[in-house]
Amino acid sequence: MSDIPTQIKYTKSHEWVETLEDGNVRIGITDHAQDLLGDMVFVELPEVGDEISAGEECAVVESVKAASDVYSPLSGEVTAVNETVAEAPETVNQSPYENGWLFELKPSVNTEFDDLLDADTYNKLAEEDSH
Amino acid sequence: MKQTVLHPEHLKLNAKMVDFGGWHMPINYGSQIDEHHYVRNDAGMFDVCHMTVVDLHGDKVRDFLKYLLTNNIDKLKVPGKALYTCMLKEDGGVIDDLIVYYMADSWFRIVVNASTREKDIAWIEKHASNYSVDVNERDDLAMIAVQGPNARAKAHAALGADATAKCEALKPFVAIDHDELFIARTGYTGEDGYEIIMANEDAPALWQALLNQGVKACGLGARDTLRLEAGMNLYGSDMNESVTPLMSGLSWIVAFEPKERSFVGRDTLEAQAAQGDHDQFVGLVLEERGVLRNHQKVFANGELVGEITSGSFSPTLGHSIALARIKHTIKDNCEVDMRGKAMTVHIVKPPFVRNGKSCLV
Repeated sequence: MSDIPTQIKYTKSHEWVETLEDGNVRIGITDHAQDLLGDMVFVELPEVGDEISAGEECAVVESVKAASDVYSPLSGEVTAVNETVAEAPETVNQSPYENGWLFELKPSVNTEFDDLLDADTYNKLAEEDSH
Repeated sequence: MKQTVLHPEHLKLNAKMVDFGGWHMPINYGSQIDEHHYVRNDAGMFDVCHMTVVDLHGDKVRDFLKYLLTNNIDKLKVPGKALYTCMLKEDGGVIDDLIVYYMADSWFRIVVNASTREKDIAWIEKHASNYSVDVNERDDLAMIAVQGPNARAKAHAALGADATAKCEALKPFVAIDHDELFIARTGYTGEDGYEIIMANEDAPALWQALLNQGVKACGLGARDTLRLEAGMNLYGSDMNESVTPLMSGLSWIVAFEPKERSFVGRDTLEAQAAQGDHDQFVGLVLEERGVLRNHQKVFANGELVGEITSGSFSPTLGHSIALARIKHTIKDNCEVDMRGKAMTVHIVKPPFVRNGKSCLV
């Protein structure tokens, strides 16, 4: 679990959130989550322009093993989706924090980001989860 | 948890290990889809040491197996020949599916599932005593399956020239003894290849020799998608003690001929076959996105008509497939409740894939 990026924030439901230079955020699932699910075979993404609330189901990642809902860590408007993962779902396995991102949001509630987990807290959670 | 003799090899290859019916086994060595494609396109191998090998000895062993098994071992006329069969309870419920090999006139070898080891042996012993047959579980033996279009050639290279000379003439579903090896041209993937039984202490060296020939280690994840594409049943998922072989797509391994052969479960199966309205066992194909899963409910015109017994993603076909037990009247199409959405699926006759090619029209 040493490869968890520290500059980004996490949720208990295994999403990560990265703040981009333009103030929007990029969202994906963690390395721990992709490892638990195994080989991805389908990814369903929201549409650009969708308004979503924090905690809402807004994407589905489906592996050979199971389908798993992705919950939006923040409220806001979807500004971009990663077509690469829709076409090549294995990208989520190969590069969960970079090429395997899922969608981007323009956050509508400023305080929500601060409530997310830092890397250390998430790391501990993921480790407990593995035992 | 129990470990096979190849357990250290899996750890060396950084396998992802899981509890599989009390055995600590590799689910994959990185990507189960890559492993699946290796077996379809080249050669892969599986640690199947957890399977149970049982040797049966006795002058009346042939009579014993004619009574115990649904398929008729009189079909086995030459030593080494194998037969796939079920073993039933009196009420026709499936205790296990297994492969039986004719070794010699007073010696047959059977290979049963790992998860059913205890109950199988108890059942076999209970009936064996009437025939004075000795039941000898061979936990001194290991088994490696090598499967894929290039599996035999690569296995030959690993086994050496003497074995190659013998193996090249081997027909499908036949085994030979070579030195301390028992090499069977059988498998559970829908591809050509071997299942090789040997002494426990010889297994790591063969595993390494096969790796050196470019055979890829494959885990139980790939084994499951390969057998599903090949339309092969998995005990515990596709059949169990509450259903008969006729309801599980296994009527082809029930030998009703000759009529005078009495076998355990025969009366129930005959009655069920005569009645003719038992559930059918079918393949389902989902062309849209999503993955069919075990236990999802199957509907036709809004009525519940059955359940998926094995569902997964088919890496060869690029969409989901399943095996299902449904009412006998249903044809062509039905719906599956997938996470609250009714999805239309086509009904097909398994297999879905054989020798690397789609069987779907």
